Amino acid sequence: MNLTLLPLLQQLLLVLAAIVLFLSFVLLAQVRLISAIHAFAWQGALVAAVTAVVAATGQVHHLYFSAALTLALKALLIPWMLHRLTRRLELERHTESLQSPALVTMGAVALVIFSYWLVLPMIHAEMTFTRNIIAISLAVVLIGLLMMVFRTQAVAQVLGFMSMENGLFLAAVSATDGMPLVVELGVAFDVLVAMVLFGVFFLQLRDSIDSLDVDRLNRLRETGGDSQ
Amino acid sequence: MTPLMLVLLTPLLGALALGLLRRPVVAGWFNLGVSVISLGGALWLGAAVAVTGEVSGTLGAQLFGPSAGLGFRVDAFNVYLVVLTAFVGVTTSIFSRPYMRYVLEIGRIGPRRMRTYHSMYQLFMFTMLLALTTDNLGVMWVAVEGATLATVLLVSLYRTPEAVEAAWKYFILCGVGIALALFGTVLTYFAAQQVIADPAAGLTWSTLYANADGLEPAVMRLAFVFLLVGYGTKVGLVPMHQWLPDAHSEGPTPMSAVLSGLLLNVALYAVVRLKMLVDGSLAETASPHLAGQLLMGFGLVSFLVAGLFLHRQRDIKRMFSYSSIEHMGLMTFAFGLGGPLATFGALLHMLVHSLTKSAIFITVGHAAHIAGTQSIDQIRGLIRTQPAVGWSLLIGVAAIAGFPPFGVFMSEFLLLTATMKSAPWFTLALLSGLAVAFAGLFRHIHPMVYGVPPEGQQPVEANMIPVAVHLSLVLWLGLAIPGFLADWLDRATLLITGAHLL
Repeated sequence: MNLTLLPLLQQLLLVLAAIVLFLSFVLLAQVRLISAIHAFAWQGALVAAVTAVVAATGQVHHLYFSAALTLALKALLIPWMLHRLTRRLELERHTESLQSPALVTMGAVALVIFSYWLVLPMIHAEMTFTRNIIAISLAVVLIGLLMMVFRTQAVAQVLGFMSMENGLFLAAVSATDGMPLVVELGVAFDVLVAMVLFGVFFLQLRDSIDSLDVDRLNRLRETGGDSQ
Repeated sequence: MTPLMLVLLTPLLGALALGLLRRPVVAGWFNLGVSVISLGGALWLGAAVAVTGEVSGTLGAQLFGPSAGLGFRVDAFNVYLVVLTAFVGVTTSIFSRPYMRYVLEIGRIGPRRMRTYHSMYQLFMFTMLLALTTDNLGVMWVAVEGATLATVLLVSLYRTPEAVEAAWKYFILCGVGIALALFGTVLTYFAAQQVIADPAAGLTWSTLYANADGLEPAVMRLAFVFLLVGYGTKVGLVPMHQWLPDAHSEGPTPMSAVLSGLLLNVALYAVVRLKMLVDGSLAETASPHLAGQLLMGFGLVSFLVAGLFLHRQRDIKRMFSYSSIEHMGLMTFAFGLGGPLATFGALLHMLVHSLTKSAIFITVGHAAHIAGTQSIDQIRGLIRTQPAVGWSLLIGVAAIAGFPPFGVFMSEFLLLTATMKSAPWFTLALLSGLAVAFAGLFRHIHPMVYGVPPEGQQPVEANMIPVAVHLSLVLWLGLAIPGFLADWLDRATLLITGAHLL
């Protein structure tokens, strides 16, 4: 696959997508919660930029709207809500180190390779652009998943969840010129409602286990059930 | 379109109104009224489908253009699930009214959370009916995710640490699962764009189904894996089932009844619809039955593992949620097996399992109120304290365990026959799984029903009408499937497998 033969705008898209992937790694290993939220906001902004570039290349007008929606939702509103919640829960200075950061990062690298391995035979070799972009989005989704597994702090898990959404959106926008508008609006609405509910849950978690460390959620076991 | 609007808009508007209604007693009745109207709409829709064979339409076509609006398609396969969903919605709201009033009286929740409860109940019904009736795979995804969002606050309704933990697990696991399903949906859309000219129609199920043979097999194969893992999380397939027993056991009992009886069905419905697409796409390749084989594998593992876990449970609602996983596994296996007989059996099993399981959860709710706990060790002698509850539990468990003459026996018998015909060795696994599950249920049920009741155990005010209705329906389906229903299921079988059974 010779990337330099692609049209310039597609090359730009690939660069942007690569930075999105890089930010996934940043999110994965970032110990300070506030910085992680900032990294997530940048990731959202980049996805919005990708959407805008796709809209400009393909003359797809409804994508301008999606770009604005993504920017508003993923780069501004959700990070702002998370910011406010961390301040309210007094977690601004909260740091959380991974158990073994090197291993987890290696795992993420392996996931990127795995994504390429999965996607390469699937799409014809002449569609270099699509192949790369789908592989990158899949990698972003899987790294988000990895983050949700290895981070034990509730806010960090939510960041992982939201960055999975970013990966999905990246795939939808760049491989297929965006989903139909009804679906896109529905997905955006679901994400927003999910964020509000996550906020509610942070408060409920703090009230019930006095911390947001979800490793402490261990009352429900297989043979447990003697709850009362 | 009119009956469809009635089915969809009633719960949506009902949810909004219930969110504003301040008096819990009125809200209980109002909730029941909304459910009854939805059921009326569903029956009307059923009649329309019976006459015309298929009802379809587009909402908002003027706004977004003819193919970009919200398309609906109701055929023999989903209409019976719509009627079933609306029906269980009514009977559960009959049960929920006095049950939740009791919960309010003993002070487990306040009037504000009662409002959330009623509003979310109807919103949940709306999302499920939307997921069933929509023709757009993307909207279906939005609706299934919406069902998670609507129920997650209900799981944590009691705000005990256990309930919050269960809700968090439910939220995160189903959120992740459903995100993977969205990736599968995007891949499907990508495959569709190579064959379907109109980009806006690329997620419309009927268009995709008509062009299924042109969809790129390599893409669809990967897409189906993501879709199966995603929606399979909501079906409760092992190993993605971790959320299910927690969410069922910690939420209020009416919620367990609708989650177990309806949500799992809707997720399985989504999987089957997608399997139909993938089968069309893979028909010409070297592995035409890949989707079916995946379903059989996941289904069989869920069926066997859940049967074993039944033995280890200490919480009565957890036990029955494992029984749900077991039955969903059986249905998934049957849909994977394919063929008219197995599909017919699986469709019938969806119906009887929903009816029986929601009846059981309603009974369990009363039993837990009698004993004051959900712990199996402390529920004793129900039949002496309150014969109605004891007998219902016994009959319900007999029905779910597959005793003749109940409907579950019928459908399991059909499934076993189909398995014997096309994959004889699996019969052994199925039979031993059924025996293990049977033993698991009865070793726990026996002391709960017949044991010596603790001193001072008092009967509670219980409304057994929904249970009686459900169990008699299951009995009726076991003795004689009415002609119109058999015809209906046969048409659904024709739709899924391309061949008649009857």
